[in-house]
Amino acid sequence: MKKIIFGLLLSGLLFILISGILEMPALGSLDNQSYNEVTHYYIENSIKDTNAPNMVSAIMTDYRFFDTLGETIVLFTAITVVISVRIIGVGKSHYLKGD
Amino acid sequence: MDDLIVKVISKIIIPFMQVFGIFVILHGHLSPGGGFAGGAILGASLILLTLAFGLNDAKKKMPHSMSKLVETGSILLIISLGLFSILNGYNFLTNGASGFNLGKTGEIISAGFIPIATLAIGLKVGSTLITLFHTIIEED
Repeated sequence: MKKIIFGLLLSGLLFILISGILEMPALGSLDNQSYNEVTHYYIENSIKDTNAPNMVSAIMTDYRFFDTLGETIVLFTAITVVISVRIIGVGKSHYLKGD
Repeated sequence: MDDLIVKVISKIIIPFMQVFGIFVILHGHLSPGGGFAGGAILGASLILLTLAFGLNDAKKKMPHSMSKLVETGSILLIISLGLFSILNGYNFLTNGASGFNLGKTGEIISAGFIPIATLAIGLKVGSTLITLFHTIIEED
């Protein structure tokens, strides 16, 4: 009985997700919602603003650098958590002394 | 792992991998690549060193004290770039307007703080990879 209920629920979820995908605009079409004035601004002004020919790098480390700062903080948090779990789990303290 | 062929081949190939990683990091604002890709290449070279020569030899090259300094130093470098913009009277992490040298398009030293930021991100990603690997394979 449980399996039937879960199967029905999951197939309903699958139907919703697939109908959502079918409603999405085609990849790369001009009617795309994300193809707006921000794209035009980046294409026209990124060299003038940053003098970097690599536009991806200009967006990642100049216009959206706050986002990249968040990504590096995620890395920092991950390494902190792993090291603290290892210290508590194994009982080592030589990380703190600097090996 | 005590294989002669693996040791010799990795001895030859590791310097090229590290030079390529540094090239990708330093040309992050000119060519495809950037901090994350170059840092992954640097970390992969150190992981290859660990796999070929064992944990003890690799720890002499990259001890935990050094990777600790690199990680905290690179993230503090990024935040101090932002604070420099604030001290000059602009928003956090403003590039060209707040006094960074934009230079000429296509040169290595140009584009304001983008090379510095890419360098910091690359060092951070590489040291994170190698610290995770060393911490996880450490056994006792």
